Amino acid sequence: MTGVPDLSKEPGREPGDDQIPPESIVAIPVRHYGRWVSAVAVCALLAWLAWSFVNSDIHWDVVGEYLTYDRITEGAAKTLWITVLSMAIGLVLGLLLAVMRLSDNAVLSNVAWGYIWFFRGTPVLVQLVLWYNLSFIFDTMNFGFYKDETNDIITPFVAALLGLGLNEAAYMAEIARAGILSVDPGQTEAAHALGMNGAKTTRRIVLPQAMRVIIPPSGNEFINMLKTSSLVSVVHYEELFWAADIVGSRNTRVMELFVVATVWYLLLTTVFSVGQYYLERHYAKGSGRTQPPTPLQRLRAQLTSFRTKSQVGGTTV
Amino acid sequence: MSGGREHPMVLAERVHKAFGPVEVLRGIDLKVEAGEVSCVVGPSGSGKSTFLRCINHLEKINAGRLWVDGGLVGYRQKGDRLYEMKEREVAEQRRDIGMVFQRFNLFPHMTAAENVMEAPVQVKGIGKAAARERAEQLLRRVGLADRMETYPAQLSGGQQQRVAIARALAMDPKLMLFDEPTSALDPELVGEVLDVMRGLAADGMTMIVVTHEMGFAREVGDSLVFMDDGVVVESGRPRDVLNDPQHARTRAFLSKVL
Ligand SMILES: Nc1ncnc2c1ncn2[C@@H]1O[C@H](COP(=O)(O)OP(=O)(O)OP(=O)(O)O)[C@@H](O)[C@H]1O
Ligand SMILES: [Mg+2]
Repeated sequence: MTGVPDLSKEPGREPGDDQIPPESIVAIPVRHYGRWVSAVAVCALLAWLAWSFVNSDIHWDVVGEYLTYDRITEGAAKTLWITVLSMAIGLVLGLLLAVMRLSDNAVLSNVAWGYIWFFRGTPVLVQLVLWYNLSFIFDTMNFGFYKDETNDIITPFVAALLGLGLNEAAYMAEIARAGILSVDPGQTEAAHALGMNGAKTTRRIVLPQAMRVIIPPSGNEFINMLKTSSLVSVVHYEELFWAADIVGSRNTRVMELFVVATVWYLLLTTVFSVGQYYLERHYAKGSGRTQPPTPLQRLRAQLTSFRTKSQVGGTTV
Repeated sequence: MSGGREHPMVLAERVHKAFGPVEVLRGIDLKVEAGEVSCVVGPSGSGKSTFLRCINHLEKINAGRLWVDGGLVGYRQKGDRLYEMKEREVAEQRRDIGMVFQRFNLFPHMTAAENVMEAPVQVKGIGKAAARERAEQLLRRVGLADRMETYPAQLSGGQQQRVAIARALAMDPKLMLFDEPTSALDPELVGEVLDVMRGLAADGMTMIVVTHEMGFAREVGDSLVFMDDGVVVESGRPRDVLNDPQHARTRAFLSKVL
């Protein structure tokens, strides 16, 4: 503050030593009439939809009753179980395939490529049926330490698990590869310079950072898997969809039981989405960005957006 | 430390390195004694980073010989045959050589303390508690004792680079390589990193520093190496090279940077 006096300020005043802050701004927020009109229109539409379902021929008391029917809850549990297990296979095998695909070893990388080519290139329904009918081509299986009739090894559960899990691995491999490639090569270099070997570098440095990129699409895969698992009825594994189908056709309440199944699927995906959200927060540590808003915060932000102008550069989605 | 040694800390003899058809290093000769601070300067693309990376075998050399502390880098010699080292042996060699990068390369998913502890715990198998104590010591030494639990993204560039130096020191290296450690920093942050390096030099650490900070080279360096186009054009005491360069290329370069 030397030389030419700054006329815009009082003499001797340093920036930032505002003793009396200026009065806070009180202004009428902009009214968003368009938002109100469209919101009302959409709500009306939804109400009409709900009204027509309530007054349809669906017996809602039956839906309520069968929601907790043994066979249905068992089916839901089996759906969850087969989904979790196939995703576990998919994730582990997928990471392995991704690492193989990116390795310098030409054999490993080509084998991984071939695996992905085959399992992505054929419908999962066909793969399920193939696994289930494996006994047509091999009537016994011999693993050296264990030998049995193919039909005794490939139960509906095993066929479902192999069909879904091995297929998923091909997709997870590509997701994992994208994640690994997203990590700055300088990270590997720094780890090597510290004397860490390749395996340690991958496990301690590269994969934890790749996880941030891997998790969101994997969550998508998981939810897809919850629904794709309804296909395993073709190998006679009694998961949620098939259970609903059987129960519905026995008591001739087919539509009611499909509504029951729908409710269960929605419940499972919702619970899972919340889990995914917390997993993402875990792997976001150190990312320096502000954490994404919790679902509740997001809802609140959306509600307030009706009343006030959306923030500039804010994270309202 | 240097009493009775018969070999220098780093010895390079006619080191060549090519990327495909492009010869980046074309016969580097260099000797760095234990305890010496050697500053390497030269125009962009002259091969300074490549040479530094060869010293800890991040790059394989194509011809010539390179020794660190008397041991051949990346190879074992039996008779007049060379055998490539296994990954484990290369990793073992690198433990004794610390490296500091232009872009810091801290592990972003770990706190400052975890960054420093990582290699001692994972590579040397030191207990967590002991490693943590040592990390605290080292972070104190670089002036960041109060930032143990901070993630790199929340540190300034200068602070990140000081954590990176502490991380390299945690392996108790006998040689430290610096690749333009202050080039990615805002001017007002350069000093704090150079201060740490000055301290290291005073403690007798052997250092090879690629830098554009001529003031640092003059004041701290025991020797100055001018590289251009893949060869060492001129080297000597920093004062001599800077005040009285012998080669036209050195003069041309210095006139641009001084
Ligand atoms: N991995 C690589 N593949 C191909 N060429 C490379 C590779 N690394 C470096 N080079 C080339 O080698 C030459 C020397 O690069 P180097 O990074 O060693 O230069 P430098 O002296 O460190 O330059 P700067 O001051 O810009 O950092 C450059 O022409 C560069 O393009
Ligand atoms: Mg460089």
